[in-house]
Amino acid sequence: MTQASTTLPLVEQFQYGLDAPICLTWELTYACNLSCVHCLSSSGRRDPRELTTAECRAVIDELERMQVFYVNIGGGEPTVRPDFWDLVDYATAHRVGVKFSTNGIKITPERAESLAASDYVDVQISLDGATAEVNDKIRGPGSYATALRAMGNLAQAGFTGFKISVVVTRQNAGQLDDFMAIAERFGAQLRLTRLRPSGRGADVWDELHPTASQQRQLYDWLVARGEQVLTGDSFFHLAGYGDPLPGLNLCGAGRVVCLIDPVGDVYACPFAIHENFLAGNVRGPGGFAAVWRDSELFAGLRRPQTGGACQSCSAYDSCRGGCMAAKFFTGLPLDGPDPECVKGHGERALAAVGGAPVPRPFGNHSHRSRPVPVTIGRRPAGPGPVRHRPDRACDENPLAGFRP
Amino acid sequence: MSTDTLAGGARAGSFDLDRPWQLHPQVSVRPERFGALLYHFGTRRLSFLKSPALLTVVKTLGDAPSAREACRRAGLAQAELPAYATALQTLASSQMIRPREDA
Amino acid sequence: MSERAATVDVIEAPVFESTVEEPELAEAELLVEEVSIDGMCGVY
Repeated sequence: MTQASTTLPLVEQFQYGLDAPICLTWELTYACNLSCVHCLSSSGRRDPRELTTAECRAVIDELERMQVFYVNIGGGEPTVRPDFWDLVDYATAHRVGVKFSTNGIKITPERAESLAASDYVDVQISLDGATAEVNDKIRGPGSYATALRAMGNLAQAGFTGFKISVVVTRQNAGQLDDFMAIAERFGAQLRLTRLRPSGRGADVWDELHPTASQQRQLYDWLVARGEQVLTGDSFFHLAGYGDPLPGLNLCGAGRVVCLIDPVGDVYACPFAIHENFLAGNVRGPGGFAAVWRDSELFAGLRRPQTGGACQSCSAYDSCRGGCMAAKFFTGLPLDGPDPECVKGHGERALAAVGGAPVPRPFGNHSHRSRPVPVTIGRRPAGPGPVRHRPDRACDENPLAGFRP
Repeated sequence: MSTDTLAGGARAGSFDLDRPWQLHPQVSVRPERFGALLYHFGTRRLSFLKSPALLTVVKTLGDAPSAREACRRAGLAQAELPAYATALQTLASSQMIRPREDA
Repeated sequence: MSERAATVDVIEAPVFESTVEEPELAEAELLVEEVSIDGMCGVY
């Protein structure tokens, strides 16, 4: 009666999608005390339409019913929401594991003690430089000190294994050993992730994305450390170099993961906040579950993807054509190479795009009158939103002064 | 790690098919088309079971006097046991399943 | 790949001579694959 089921490689099992995400990112607010230059969600100012506490609980109830195993709660800075800690407790009480991503601003010694005593809550501190000099150029003055203080408080409270998450840039690619030392110092686990040209990242991607040489060194460094360093599977495009890094090594957007944003919009992934990747809204009649299961966008992502221009490349089976968001926001076609393709096909494709305008999302929650931490600022050519243009400080409308 | 052949010839590392096992209480099981997803809330590891029969075995381990019996009840043939013992050993190594102490 | 028994009689299974582990189980035939919950792209 029994037969061995077809034991396909995982890549093939998942590309058709699941009835529920395995995990997902949930940005709770667009408000943030910082203005990181590369912010993928262009955060800063709260949106007046953000989900209420009750609406958030309803989302958690859905995640529980769908057996979503864990949610990465981010933002903006999620801890600035007054109901944040209640929502974390509500999630863990309803069998949804939580990791929250923070710049550390609210991780006081008392809060760290409370977190250390919580089951099923993981903390991820963002850090983009192993020194204040490198970090604060990206994240703003004082941000390094804030992060390290939070780390110290967590370590002091006995919270081992919290995550230190780094976005690898041209400026910090030489500090990998130093990041490792910081993680070891605080009993934390290091996580390195990929810089994508998403949100404000589009403005700085040319200057900040690692060089080809740095990318190769990063790959070798990660391979040597295996599962010791996390990556969120964000370097699957590097599998073309040789052995894949640990992880599923595939694009999970709309298939195993997605994003819920502060106003309830559901996107394929947090790196793809743009109308083209908007699947629906949790405030719709069927809630989040209906969006996940029935949206046209996700149905399209779950159909078998052809390799397009990459089909004939020897690396395609490994890299699967790379990151959809990285291609989209650099103006590359989705059925062609990743801009950081290890074979160099992406560079050639980018040269063909030249200075043509790239896609930009309609929304922008950046602080209006905050000085930009760095003078990196060569804007891509072509029309697009003028960021950081000072408007009335009290303007509630996040789209004030915005011209698509 | 013992590599001796086990009773019935099911050789698979050191997994003991003849003792009682159970799902770890911190594991959440989510049936899927291809088999199942298992998530361990303590270790934060995810296991993909790529066989509906394996899901049946895992779900019935706690009620069976031995893993071998759970396999038999799931309709597995003798010759399939090595592969399933290997799978169960993997799950035991990552604490998804653990030995059951019967009274 | 191992053949399935056609009957429910207990059959003397072959004794493996080889000392390497499970030579007949190739990568794609593993019934269990494990990954860290952090191993999914699209979660920052």
